[in-house]
This record gives sequence, structure tokens and C-alpha cells, in this order.
Amino acid sequence: MLRTIPKYGLMFITFVGLSMQQVYAQTPNDLLTSLQSEVVKSIPNFQGFSADRGETFFKMKHGNDWSCSSCHTDNPAVTGKHAKTDKPIDPLAPYVNAERFTNPKKIKKWFKRNCNDVLDRLCTPQEKGDVLAYLLTIRN
Amino acid sequence: MLKNIRNYHWLLAVMALIISIATVPAVYADDDDDDDYRGNSRNSARVPFTNDKWKEECGACHMAYPARFLPAESWRVMMNGLDDHFGSDASLDVATATEISDFLQQNASRKKRNSSNGIEPVLRISETRWFKSEHDEVAARVWKSPEVKSPSNCAACHTKAESGSFRERDIRMPK
Repeated sequence: MLRTIPKYGLMFITFVGLSMQQVYAQTPNDLLTSLQSEVVKSIPNFQGFSADRGETFFKMKHGNDWSCSSCHTDNPAVTGKHAKTDKPIDPLAPYVNAERFTNPKKIKKWFKRNCNDVLDRLCTPQEKGDVLAYLLTIRN
Repeated sequence: MLKNIRNYHWLLAVMALIISIATVPAVYADDDDDDDYRGNSRNSARVPFTNDKWKEECGACHMAYPARFLPAESWRVMMNGLDDHFGSDASLDVATATEISDFLQQNASRKKRNSSNGIEPVLRISETRWFKSEHDEVAARVWKSPEVKSPSNCAACHTKAESGSFRERDIRMPK
């Protein structure tokens, strides 16, 4: 019995580890789809996300000192800089930075923080979707 | 017999894995005169001075400031107020915040760090009387230098601040 545990134990750990990674992994388009289904709940005849609306939203201030572009710059394909601390921020556009919008925990954390900083409130699913649609149009 | 040996290989592999995880090298702060731990027998049960979540989460927006720069009460209050962290929302999920808060409090300064402006507990390292006295010879023009920008920018002069070292010999002040 003891002899068999390490082998199957290791296989079990490996399997659990791999399957957890798969559960958490997602693509930016998965996020867009799930945001779309959220928006449709409140706007049944929703026409779809708009990259143009997203770009405007991204670059304008919403009553506070900062816009999204204050840290992420007007070109989300380049490295940004924290408006207060100057700490470099990796590019936000998924085409340039494949890690972006793939980790649900990080997505939740940063939307909450950044929307509160920029708008003093949470962003709506439509605002998030528009911004993501805009970011997905950026190639360089 | 052959089967037995093969199974022992698995056992060894698992043991090696466990041992390698358990002995991840702990990084200890340098022996500087600004820390509390030099030759300090109180610290016989050594706690690692680094933590992955602290490094990742605090270090996402600014330098991950060493725990030893503030007392435990300051860290406790700071970590309970991340929704408004010096004007920004730095909120974390409860599990992560708790882990980082525990790490910071366990490695906090054991000396009293009085605030220079009377507001306790002090939350800004640069507002401790200790910080001000350590930096009292720094000229005003250095503080105003665009390379420094803010007293929170340790690495502007302490070239090895990111790795936790604040030794005199690593200081390079902007001209």
C-alpha cells in the first residue's frame, strides 16, 4: 500500500494542479462574451460593444484627476507609468501583452481599484466591454 | 525487486519535492543600523523577511517597503484601510490581505516609531521621526530633484532598496 501512494499521490497532485490552471485560464474574448451576456440582462436590444466608445471612455477624465490613460498612456500598446509613483506598468493591449485579461482574479481586482480611482464607482459591464473592445483593436 | 526500486524512486522524488519546497531560501534583511535585528537574540525564531504576495501586491504600484520600517500597529491599520490607500483604491481579497498583513506585522519594527506630526499610528514611513532624523543631512535641493520626486522614492538614492538593502555605501544621491 505504502509503495503505491507516492506514485498515485504524485499523479493526483499533478492532475489537480493542471486542472486548476485550466479552470482559471481564460482569453480576453471569453471575458467579452461574459460581459456581453451581463449587459443583455439589463439592455435586451443591446447592439454590441463599441471600440470607439471604449477609446473615448479610456482617454477622458470622469470627474477625478485621473483617466485610464493617466497611467496606461494614450497608447495602451506601450509600457505605462503609475501617475503617482512612476512605477512602470506593462502594456495593457492583449496583442502586445498576452497575459492581459486572462486571470479572472486580477481582472476583478484591477477593474474595482481603477474604476474607483477614475470614476469613484464601479464600472458597468458595458463600460468594461467597450474598453476591452477598444484594447482588442490595438495592434501596436 | 526491480519494481521495489522503481517505487523507491517515486518516494525519493516526492521527498525531494517536499524538501525543496520546505527549504525555499529565505531572504533576510541586511545588517543595517536602521533595522532592529542585528545580533538580536529576540529574533532567534527567524521569520523570513520576504513574502511572495507582499512582493507582488505591494510591489505592483510602488516599491514593496520593508516591514521593519513601521511598527505592527501601523501595518495593521494600513492593511485594514486598503480601499483608501493614500487616496487610491488598493483593495485586495481578504485571504491575500490577511497573509500580507500577518507577514508585515510579524516582521515589523519593534521600536516605537513616533510620528513627526503627532498623528498616530504613523502610516507614512517618511513621516516617522526616525526617517526624518536619518535623512536630516539630505539637502533640500536633493528632495526637489526630479529624479527623487517624493520621499517615498527610496530607490532614487538607495540603489539597492528594492532588494531590501539601505547601506550607506549603496547610496548615490542625484546631483
